[in-house]
Amino acid sequence: MSFILRNREIALAIIIALMVTGIGIYAPPFVSPDNISYVLDDTSILFMMVLGQMMVILTRGIDLSVASNIALSGMISASLAESSPNLPVITYIALAIVTGTILGLINGSLIAFVGIPPIVMTLGTLAAFRGLIVVYGGGNQVNASEMGAVFQGFPKIPILGVTSTFWIMVALSIGVFVFLNMTRAGRGLYAVGGNPEAARYCGIDLSRQQLLVYTLSGAIAGLCGYLWTARYGVAYSEIASGFELTVIAACVIGGVSIAGGVGTVPGALLGALFLGVIVNALPVMQITPFWQMAISGFVILTAVILNARSEKRGIKLILPEARRAAGGTP
Amino acid sequence: MSILSLSHISKSFPGVRALHDISFELEAGMVTALIGENGAGKSTIVKILTGIYTPDKGTLTVNGTQRSFSSPRDSWAAGIAAIHQETVMFDELSVAENIFMGHMPTGKGNLVDWPEMRRRTAGLLQRVEANFGPDTKLKDLSVAQKHLVEIMRALSHDASLIIMDEPTAALSRNEIEDLFRIVAQLKAEGRAIVFISHKFDEIFAVADRYVCLRDGEKVGEGDIKQVTEPELVRLMVGRPIDQVFPKRDIAIGNAVLSVKDFSNATEFADISFELHRGEILGFYGLVGAGRSEVMQCLFGLSAPARGSIVLEGKPVSFSAPDQSIAAGIAYVPEDRQHQGAVLPMGIRDNVTLASILQHVRGLFLNRHSEQDAVRKLGTRLDVRAANWEQRLQELSGGNQQKVVIAKWLATKPKVIILDEPTKGIDVGSKAAVHDFIGELAEEGLAVILVSSELPEIMGLSDRVVVMREGRIVSTFARNSWSAEAIVGAATGAREAA
Repeated sequence: MSFILRNREIALAIIIALMVTGIGIYAPPFVSPDNISYVLDDTSILFMMVLGQMMVILTRGIDLSVASNIALSGMISASLAESSPNLPVITYIALAIVTGTILGLINGSLIAFVGIPPIVMTLGTLAAFRGLIVVYGGGNQVNASEMGAVFQGFPKIPILGVTSTFWIMVALSIGVFVFLNMTRAGRGLYAVGGNPEAARYCGIDLSRQQLLVYTLSGAIAGLCGYLWTARYGVAYSEIASGFELTVIAACVIGGVSIAGGVGTVPGALLGALFLGVIVNALPVMQITPFWQMAISGFVILTAVILNARSEKRGIKLILPEARRAAGGTP
Repeated sequence: MSILSLSHISKSFPGVRALHDISFELEAGMVTALIGENGAGKSTIVKILTGIYTPDKGTLTVNGTQRSFSSPRDSWAAGIAAIHQETVMFDELSVAENIFMGHMPTGKGNLVDWPEMRRRTAGLLQRVEANFGPDTKLKDLSVAQKHLVEIMRALSHDASLIIMDEPTAALSRNEIEDLFRIVAQLKAEGRAIVFISHKFDEIFAVADRYVCLRDGEKVGEGDIKQVTEPELVRLMVGRPIDQVFPKRDIAIGNAVLSVKDFSNATEFADISFELHRGEILGFYGLVGAGRSEVMQCLFGLSAPARGSIVLEGKPVSFSAPDQSIAAGIAYVPEDRQHQGAVLPMGIRDNVTLASILQHVRGLFLNRHSEQDAVRKLGTRLDVRAANWEQRLQELSGGNQQKVVIAKWLATKPKVIILDEPTKGIDVGSKAAVHDFIGELAEEGLAVILVSSELPEIMGLSDRVVVMREGRIVSTFARNSWSAEAIVGAATGAREAA
């Protein structure tokens, strides 16, 4: 029992399983294979965004500009599809990723080399990126009918019962997992977040790490910009508005510490799945959208409160009997 | 054979000359003690050797080749590793990751080779005779065990020069002996060691040579066997300091504080003692014996499970420090950087922090009354600063500590608890603090002195309470104690014998 409580991922997985079972009993269609595949598909973008945000938060940073990045990258990519609808789909995807990467690079270089605090920098670009959409598109929106079939078709291609979007997410998750656990740079993120001063003494350069994570976060947002506009068939200045907060909330629920240095890929994914299940379950349970917001907020607060308790300073084991009771050496 | 030589190294920061024209050599198979008061330039030398700072002038020659380091990586590549003053490590990561952070072994596809990393960690663990595993998270280790990880980290570089910056600060006596054993082993392997410590007995026990710094200049070097402790102290401070503690003759008054059966679940049990007006009561024990935890609980930072406190005849209990402060208890904590001083704030703001209500006039703070208080206390404690608004981060450790003590005196306490009040401060400030502790007792304050330095405890205290593993094991009176008996009680050596 204590192992489960200590292991956040397992605890969260159990809570999600209980939740899905409960909802399934109340509304059996929710647990039909079709609906489960729909929920996974619908949450895929959140899954991917959480991975990018987690890497940023690991370094004690935050990226508030990701949702604006989605909207701007999506708009630029969709505009290309509007003017030339029959290019290979990889062109649209690449354009969105390149755009997102450049936007991330702007955040990263100013944070890393000018020393602007991440929250201030990305709050600025949150507004600036959305502003650019209006400047770029003249306030117009690109609709489904204008994007063309090639652009819109790709994210919905079914493979083994789920969409290509889901498989892209799986590939990205594996990639991020390998990066964080199996490369020096990835382990270095935990070091700079856990103890920046010590990391410096280990020869790990904070600036380079910051540049890396904001750029990666931007690249992932760019990819999601394409997926979002293609999936929902619309690009305009307000898409994904406020989505950055959902992404950060999912990180927090998944056990990524805002203080830096703590967070895992499975944890972050479970955090996103948790929110994905809630968002999709509320309509099934015939709860109005107005309640959805309130309930999501309540759940986030609960998660954060639990988190705060688990992060409290542990008391020391000094008395011999206390050490024996804890199973340590007497 | 000289492994590394510094020649004519100078380094300045805006407004401060940190090092001026420093030259010395570090020999293979020798331990060189780098000594000097805080602010003498020792840390700057360490930072230059480890590639954190680049010198303005001068050259470094490593094994006959002139080198310049622009990052810590360059310094390792040249075979230099450092064990730092405060264990600077990653609590959330494993022992293996802590040891190899920044230079993890990689295999196919440049991916981290975890099996190899664990294997090498296991080898290092065996070498230092540690009893934990490569996958243990650092946060689950004790302070001394974390220190071993630091040492293994240095060993993992296979460095020819190892710098130990106050390596014993957090260690108990037995662990210090273990450390000295490792130092001897490293020496025998032909490595050069730089040893930085404020404790002379350690310097004389472990060093072969010394290099002494004062105000950024080298003021002496030589064979450790050719000098005496008073000579080294004179070199460091440039004036003779009386290291003997003149114990003041103070009449002990009535009991002020009496603590009975104080216990909490895991940290300490059955703590009972009485403290009198004018008395200095020493608390001695190994690091981790639970002394600070008792004091923190007494001060209301945590709640006891059992026990009672009687202050001036009235039973009291505190659920938060504001209550204990109001009742007349002051606590100067052990960790000055995190619990004592608010570094980005000025001296005035720091001094009035715990007694700010004294300076409220109507709705607002009265700055004049604050300034008066700060001037009085700052002068009394001999705080050396440009002005009373100077930020604490710009002061030396000793002066920071004086400000922290001033903050607590401003609360006009009846009982003052000093937890390792001279830890990591220079000899000059140390003497000033010792003197001041005597003065406080003379004025009728009741003083609790928690210290791991035996000369300090024995020099100042009227009685000494010895704690081991969360319990009081002995209490000694001034006339009937010996250093051997106190240390024996703290380590449990007498039982074993």
